[in-house]
Amino acid sequence: MGRVIARRLAISVPILLVVATLSFALVHVLPGDPGRVVLGTSATAEQVRAVNQQLGYDRPLVEQYTSWLGDAVQGDLGTSIINGRAVSDDLNSRIPVTLSLAIGATLLSAVLGIALGMVSAIRGGWADRAGQGLAALGLAIPNFWLAVLLVLVFAIKLKWLPAVGYVSYEDSVGQWARYLILPVLAVGVSGITGIARQTRGAMLDVLSRDYIRTLAAAGVPRRSILLKHALRNASIPVISNIGFTFISMLGGAVIIERLFNLPGIGQWTLAVVDNHDLPEIQGVVVYSTAIVLVVNLLADVGAAWLNPKVRRR
Amino acid sequence: MSARADVRPTSFGRLRRNRSFWISAGWLALVLVASFGAPLLAPYGSNEQNLSDLLAGPSGHHLLGTDDVGRDILSRLMYGGALSLVGAGWATLVALAIGLPLGVVAGYFGGWADALANRFADLIFSVPGLIVLLAVEAIFGSSQWVVMSVLGVILSAPLIRLVSVTARAARGELYVDAAFVAGLSHQRVVARHIVPNIAAPTIILTASTLSLALLIETGLGFLGLGPQPPTPSWGAMVATASTVIYTDPWMVVPTGAVLILTVLAFNFIGDAVRDAGPGAQRASILRLRGRDRGRRGADGAAAPLLTPPPATDAPRAAAGAGDGEGGAPLLAVDGLRVAFAAARGDVAVVDRVSFEVRRGETLGLVGESGSGKTITGLAVLGLVPPPGRIVDGAVRFGDLDLTALDDRGWAKVRGARIGYVAQEPMVALDPSFTVGSQLVEPLRRHRPGSRREARRRAIELLSMVGIPQPEAIFRSYPHQLSGGMAQRVGIAIALTGEPELLIADEPTTALDVTVQGEILDLLRSLQTELGMSLILVTHNLGVVADICDRALVMYAGQIVEEGTVDDLFERPRHPYTEGLLRSDPELGEIGAPLPTIRGTVPLPADWPTGCRFAPRCPYAVAECSAAPVAMAAPEPGRLSRCIRIEETMARDPLQEARS
Repeated sequence: MGRVIARRLAISVPILLVVATLSFALVHVLPGDPGRVVLGTSATAEQVRAVNQQLGYDRPLVEQYTSWLGDAVQGDLGTSIINGRAVSDDLNSRIPVTLSLAIGATLLSAVLGIALGMVSAIRGGWADRAGQGLAALGLAIPNFWLAVLLVLVFAIKLKWLPAVGYVSYEDSVGQWARYLILPVLAVGVSGITGIARQTRGAMLDVLSRDYIRTLAAAGVPRRSILLKHALRNASIPVISNIGFTFISMLGGAVIIERLFNLPGIGQWTLAVVDNHDLPEIQGVVVYSTAIVLVVNLLADVGAAWLNPKVRRR
Repeated sequence: MSARADVRPTSFGRLRRNRSFWISAGWLALVLVASFGAPLLAPYGSNEQNLSDLLAGPSGHHLLGTDDVGRDILSRLMYGGALSLVGAGWATLVALAIGLPLGVVAGYFGGWADALANRFADLIFSVPGLIVLLAVEAIFGSSQWVVMSVLGVILSAPLIRLVSVTARAARGELYVDAAFVAGLSHQRVVARHIVPNIAAPTIILTASTLSLALLIETGLGFLGLGPQPPTPSWGAMVATASTVIYTDPWMVVPTGAVLILTVLAFNFIGDAVRDAGPGAQRASILRLRGRDRGRRGADGAAAPLLTPPPATDAPRAAAGAGDGEGGAPLLAVDGLRVAFAAARGDVAVVDRVSFEVRRGETLGLVGESGSGKTITGLAVLGLVPPPGRIVDGAVRFGDLDLTALDDRGWAKVRGARIGYVAQEPMVALDPSFTVGSQLVEPLRRHRPGSRREARRRAIELLSMVGIPQPEAIFRSYPHQLSGGMAQRVGIAIALTGEPELLIADEPTTALDVTVQGEILDLLRSLQTELGMSLILVTHNLGVVADICDRALVMYAGQIVEEGTVDDLFERPRHPYTEGLLRSDPELGEIGAPLPTIRGTVPLPADWPTGCRFAPRCPYAVAECSAAPVAMAAPEPGRLSRCIRIEETMARDPLQEARS
C-alpha cells in the first residue's frame, strides 16, 4: 500500500512542477505580451508597458519564474489583476461548489454505470443490447443540451426543482441537495457509459474465470457469486475508471456551472478567461491539476486496497 | 479448411453484416455531404434572414424551422456542420499524428522511449482538458486551429497508451521474435507484424476520439468560444435554442438531434469494429444468455453436425458392467450428450456416454485432451460452460434426475452431495477473498450455524486435508499459497458439504511431480475415511493404476472401453487403451523406444462417422470406418467399442509388446 502511494507521488509531484512551469511559460515564453493580453488590442503601447511594470512582467524571466514557482509551492498562486485578491483564496472559496457537483455526478454515474454494466453482463441477450444502447446514448448526449432539457422539464414545466442557483450546504443541506440535482444529472449522465462498459467487460472477464466455477460447484448461491465474488473482483479495474470519470466530470462542470449559475471553479474560469486575468488563469490550471492528481492517488489507493495481492505488500 | 472458415466468420465478414455499422456510416456520409456541399445544397444562405418568420416550427418553407432572427435552421446546421466536423477532424488528426508514432516507438522499443511517452501521457491525463483549452483561448484568442490543435494534443494521451500497450504485446509474440531471427529489419517487422495488430484498436479509439472532439468543439461553441457569430456553429445554435426554450422549445430538437446522432454514429462505428474483432464473445456458466441460447438451439435446426446414433449399444446390465455388489448405483449416467453451439449447428463433444458409480467406488475417467472427459465431469454438476449444453441423456444421482434440476434443486446438490475439485488450483480460488471466507461461506450454507462454529469446522477441514498450520492458512489469500497448498484448500472447499461423490478434474496435472503423489494419497485416504465415491478425471494412466477401482477410457467424446483397472491394464480390449498403455512412459519398458499413438485427437467437427479411432488405429480395416461402432461386451464386466475385438483379444498384444 505504501509502495502504491509512493509510486503515485513520484509521478504526481514532477507532473505538478511541470504543469506549473508550463502555465508560467504559457504566459511568458510564447509570443504575446502579457500586458497586451490583459488590456486587449485597443490599448496603446504606453498603457501596455505600464501594466507590465505594475504586474512585474518586466522583470527578468528567470527571476519571475523562480518567484512564481517558489510561491506556488507554498500555495501562493499570485494576486488577481481584476479583484486584487489572492488567487488561492478565490479558488478555495469556489472549490466546494465544484466538488459537490463533480462528486455527486461521479456517484451518480458510478451507481448507475455499475448497475447497468452488471445487468448487461449477467442477463445478456436483449437486456445486454438495451443496456449498451442506453450507455451509448449517455455518451452521445451533450451535457449542455441535456441541461437545457432538464431545466425545461423539471424547473419550467413541472416546477419541481429550481432552474438555477446554489445554496451552500453550510446554510441548508436540503436546499444544497435540491439545487444540485439537475446539474448533477446533466454532468453525470455522460460518465455512466464509461463505467457501464468497464463494469460489463470486467464482469464478463471475471465470470469466465475458474474460481467462479469452484464457487458454483461448492454450492455458493448465484446471488452471492455475482454480487459478492464477481463484483468484488470486477471492481478493481472499475475503480480506476471512476477516478477517470471524476476528472471528466470536472471538465463538464465548467459548462454546467455557467448554465446553472453555480459559483464554482468552472464558472470562475470562464470569468477570468473573459477578463484575461493571467494570474487567475495560471492559478486555475495548477489548482485543478492538483485536484486531478489527488483523485488519481485516491483511485490508486482504492484499487490497491481492493486487491489483496497489492494490499498485502 | 473452408468448413472451419464457415464456423468462425472473419472480422471483416462480421463487420459487413453489422446493421448499425451501415446505418451509422450512412448517417455520417449524409452529414458530410450536406455540410461540405452546403453552398450548393442548402435551401437558404447561412445568414439569410426572414424577419417575418422568427422561431417558426418546421414547415414546407423551412424544413426544420427558423431561429430567433428568422434564419433557416436546416441551412445553418449544414453550414455549421462543416466547421464543427473540420474542427473535430483536425483535433483527431493531431491526436493521431502524435499518438501513433509515439505509441509505436514506445511499445516497440520499450525502455527510455516507453518511459518518456508514458510520462507525457501521464502529464496530459493529469491536466483538466477543458480548463487548459480555456486558458489557451484566453491567451491566443479564439483561433479554431490553435484551440483544436491543443485539443488534439490532449486527446493524444489515450492513443499513446493504447498503441504502446498493443505494440508491446505484439512485440512480445513469438512470431515477431521469429521474424527477427529470419533477419527482417525493424521497419519491416513494424509494418508486417506490429501495424496489423494495432490497427483495429486504433480505429476503435479514433472513432471515440472523433466523437469526444466533436462534443468538446460544440461545447466551446455553446459557451460562445467557438466560431464567432454570425458564423453558424452547432454549439452556438444549441446556445441560441436554450435562450428561447421557455417560449419556443422546438429549436432545441433539431440542433441537439444532429449533434447526438453524429456522435452516436461515430461511437457505433467504433463498437462495430470492436465487436467484429476476435475474442469479443465470452461466456460464463452464470450468464443467462448461454442458457437461453442453449434452449433455443435445442431444436432440430442445429442437428446436422451431431453424428447419427450408433448401432444399439449392448445393455449395460447384460454385460454386467458397473453392477457388482448390488444395490442401486450412486450415480447413473445414461446416454449423456453434450453439444456446443457453433455457427453451422451443434457439435457434440460428449456423445452418448453412459456409466455408473457405486458408493465408495473410485472411477477413473481417462483420455487425451479433447476426449470430452472434463466436460463429462462438469455435465454431471450441470456446469457445462456455454455455449455448450446437455442435449440428451439422463443423469441420475440417488433418486434425483440431475438434468431436470433448477437453481433451487442444484443448491441441495452442488457442494452438498457432489463436490468438485478443479484442475488448476491457483486460478480456482477467488483471489479477492481469504481461504477462510471461501470455506466459511459454503460451510454455513450446507450446515447452518454460527460463524464461530463454521470457522472451527473450516480449520478442522484444513488440517484434515493435511495443511500444517490451518489457522495461518485460514487467514491467507490464494496468491500466498503454493500450488499444492492451493489444491489442498480446493479439496477442503469441495468437502465442506460432506459430499457423497467427489469429482476431481485432473487434480494433480498442474502440480509439481513431488506434490502430485501427496495429493493422490490425500484423495485416497479421504475417500476411504469419508466413504465417498470418487470420479477421477485424468489423462495419466499411472494415476488411474494408483487409486482407481474401475476406469472408463474416453476417445473423441465416446467411451471406448470400460473395465476394472486390473483388467484394463492386464488385457486392454480396445486398441486405443492398448496404445495409451504402450505410450505411457511410467509403464513402458526401460531402454526400449517409447511407442506413441500416431496423430492427435481430431476436433469434434471432424470426428469420423465410423469408429472414431480408426484413422489412428494400427488394426483398422475398411469395415471400421463404415458405420458407427456399438459398445460390445467381450467378457463379463467389460465393455469395448471395437468391431475387431474378437481378433485382437486372441493376441494379447500388450504381453507381446512387453516380451
